[in-house]
Amino acid sequence: MKLTLKIWRQKNNKSKGKFETYKVDINEHMSFLEMLDVLNEDLISQKKEPVSFDHDCREGICGTCSLTVNGRPHGPIQGTTVCQVHMFNYKDGDTITIEPWRSGSFPVVKDLVVNRSALDRIIQAGGYISVNTGQAPDGNSIPVEKDLAEKAMDAAACIGCGACIAACPNGSASLFTAAKISHLGLLPQGEVETRRRAKAMVRQMDKEGFGACSNVGACEVECPKEISIENIARMNRDYLGSVFAGDK
Amino acid sequence: MKLDAKIPPGPLDEKWSHYRGTMNLVAPNNKRRIEIIVVGTGLAGASAAASLGELGYKVKAFTFHDSPRRAHSIAAQGGINAAKNYQNDGDSVYRLFYDTIKGGDYRSREANVYRLAEVSAEIIDQCVAQGVPFAREYGGLLANRSFGGVQVSRTFYARGQTGQQLLIGAYSALSRQISLGTVEMYNRHEMIDLVKVDGKARGIITRNLITGEVERHAAHCVVLATGGYGNVYYLSTNAMGCNVTAAWKSVKKGALMANPCFCQIHPTCIPVSGDYQSKLTLMSESLRNDGRVWVPKKIEDAKAIQQGKKRGNDIPEEDRDYYLERRYPAFGNLVPRDVASRAAKVECDKGHGVAPTGLAVFLDFEDAIMRYGRSEANARRMNGEATPAVIRQLGEEVVKSKYGNLFQMYEKITGDDPYKTPMKIYPAVHYTMGGLWVDYNLETNVPGLFAAGECNFSDHGANRLGASALMQGLADGYFVLPYTIGQFLSNEIRTPEISPDLPEFIEAEKAAKDRIEKLMSIQGSQSVETFHRRLGKIVWEYCGMSRNAEGLKKGRQMIRELREEFYKDVFIPGSKDEYNPELEKAGRVADFLELGELMMLDALDREESCGGHFREEYRTPEGEALRRDDGFTYVSAWEWDDNDPMLHKEDLVFENVELKTRSYK
Repeated sequence: MKLTLKIWRQKNNKSKGKFETYKVDINEHMSFLEMLDVLNEDLISQKKEPVSFDHDCREGICGTCSLTVNGRPHGPIQGTTVCQVHMFNYKDGDTITIEPWRSGSFPVVKDLVVNRSALDRIIQAGGYISVNTGQAPDGNSIPVEKDLAEKAMDAAACIGCGACIAACPNGSASLFTAAKISHLGLLPQGEVETRRRAKAMVRQMDKEGFGACSNVGACEVECPKEISIENIARMNRDYLGSVFAGDK
Repeated sequence: MKLDAKIPPGPLDEKWSHYRGTMNLVAPNNKRRIEIIVVGTGLAGASAAASLGELGYKVKAFTFHDSPRRAHSIAAQGGINAAKNYQNDGDSVYRLFYDTIKGGDYRSREANVYRLAEVSAEIIDQCVAQGVPFAREYGGLLANRSFGGVQVSRTFYARGQTGQQLLIGAYSALSRQISLGTVEMYNRHEMIDLVKVDGKARGIITRNLITGEVERHAAHCVVLATGGYGNVYYLSTNAMGCNVTAAWKSVKKGALMANPCFCQIHPTCIPVSGDYQSKLTLMSESLRNDGRVWVPKKIEDAKAIQQGKKRGNDIPEEDRDYYLERRYPAFGNLVPRDVASRAAKVECDKGHGVAPTGLAVFLDFEDAIMRYGRSEANARRMNGEATPAVIRQLGEEVVKSKYGNLFQMYEKITGDDPYKTPMKIYPAVHYTMGGLWVDYNLETNVPGLFAAGECNFSDHGANRLGASALMQGLADGYFVLPYTIGQFLSNEIRTPEISPDLPEFIEAEKAAKDRIEKLMSIQGSQSVETFHRRLGKIVWEYCGMSRNAEGLKKGRQMIRELREEFYKDVFIPGSKDEYNPELEKAGRVADFLELGELMMLDALDREESCGGHFREEYRTPEGEALRRDDGFTYVSAWEWDDNDPMLHKEDLVFENVELKTRSYK
């Protein structure tokens, strides 16, 4: 199948970017990223610079790939990263627009690659349970209700890709932050420091310049792991709890 | 060179506890000024960096990823083993040790493996405390499932995302240390050389992948946790970025590479569909708990399926060959990976394969769906109303709860619905048991250079059992290295801070820059990818699922020629002073082009069949692997040389288990 690609090209963080148009002739069984591989091999054969894009596991779990395709983070398929989108989802002759994650807190590194270290800093602010190696009691000493463990797992499934932020008109990192607060706070092991965690993480989120949540819900729609917006409600409750309690 | 594994004296089950209790310590005030470099932040690296930070050392951690959370440990699906015996099915530290030694075909060290089994239970405790949401039973206690090569249920799991959850646990512990200032994190930095001062590992040279800047980093010692080298095959289940560069640069500085030909080919992957393919996708081994592997008995049925004229469901029961159950009745579909992979190849080579390429077998869930459906119908007391359709629906729900995300992934990639039609699977390169040679302390033969996780050769012998990679990575990082590193560092308390301005650093930096310059200046006509694909085909063809002397010699020659061509004709666009993924790849492929040759040499030297290494010349009359304990009960440890790499041997001594022919019949 023959496709027209409009791809964002930007040399580095300091230069201005623009769209360039390319043609590719590919096979429908390729993945979306394999389609870009074909384009890049073609560019290299013409001694031109290939398109830089982030990718690694190509199994939908590492959270590295980060393309906005025709305006949608991770492309047209629900509950999927772009590396798992296959070209049979497109028709011969289609035009596809490919952009990086768009957010003020994700500066462009090159072409389609952005810097997402702000997300690491949110985790560093409190996205953990304070336990050192060797301090743990026996794994079965704290029973965890099956449904609760499942709920925590639902939130823990976040792959930290940042699609929620790219999807949000406010550029809010609420779903990412809330997923971690829920994952740890729902479990008895992590509940102990919930309020401290919520406060520290929310503050860091604000400090990084992410926008506020106004309940648009685009994050939930585009999340490749289908993480529920319910988590944001839980985060807000935990955060307010800590504010009213006057925690430091 | 005499290789001293430094195995502590005493009975097997007391070695570690006694050693740990009597080894040298570094006092807290000294820890604060001792610096440690950790390269790689997957399970082994992140857990080591976090634990060392908690102990009070000054740690610098490096990853080429944009975040430590991206390491390929994240893709492990099935689970992590631990000798907890929570299922009361007779598990014990000894049994886990024995299964691992036997599974590895008696080519690993007793003492290392026993220690791994011993600390396995602590890992689960640690991960639970960190908030890893392991699967639970209704009573709130931890659930288990079975994996290949064992007859107990000792695998802990978090849906099909166990690796991800364990990595997030280690990443969160690491993040906590970063926030406390004990660990300094360098993202998007790739190690491109090791620096030795007076024979000891004292630092690394890195390339900042964003700016292209080459940097010098010094410390009292260096820990590599940089994963395996499966990408030498180009097509593998490894992530695109997985590479051997950090380990290989260390080999070129004198570290020994052990058992490089021991690669694991995983039996259940989605088959190759075309030349454009960039990687292969694994379907977790846990599926073999419930899936039955088969091929059509009749060649004409297989042909019809290959041509798309028939489907798996069209083949009647009596015309199906459940070859694993037939050949290995004791373990059936749960034989170890090497055995299952080889058996699939045998069937496909005979013409019974079921994909258009002829390279696939069926993994069928029909029986499991109906079995679970009936049991669910009984549980709901549906006696009369349970029609086959209802039973099927109930069964599908149970299967979905166990493997839902895997089935979904399969359907996304292939377009087939595995609830209705059997999956098609074929073996693919997955893991490398070989790696840097290390002693009991996880220290290489270069003093001060440690290797943890998949990048060392230590625990899996010639074949790794399922759910043991996560166990080993975390054992090394949380519970072994933080202790054993003290054996080296306790002698370094008088060593002042190492300066990155020492001549050895300046020299290594210049050499690294020269290598980059050389690659950039070739300006040939073929892309890095082209060379990588060609290398992969050679290694797969001659050093893949089965090997022979003639092919290995030919393969070695072909790799040497390819390497020469690479240095004449590779084309790298862009410049070295910017973000340049093609340059990164070129450096990695250059190293694979040397490693590939060493793999051929190692496979040639090992004139026996064991685990993942199957030499066609050495098989039993039934076609099973023929191990030759008389001449090959050793670890091969290679010293690199551009012309003639040199083999050193560490004899494996078995004092506690009897070497037996591995049988899963």
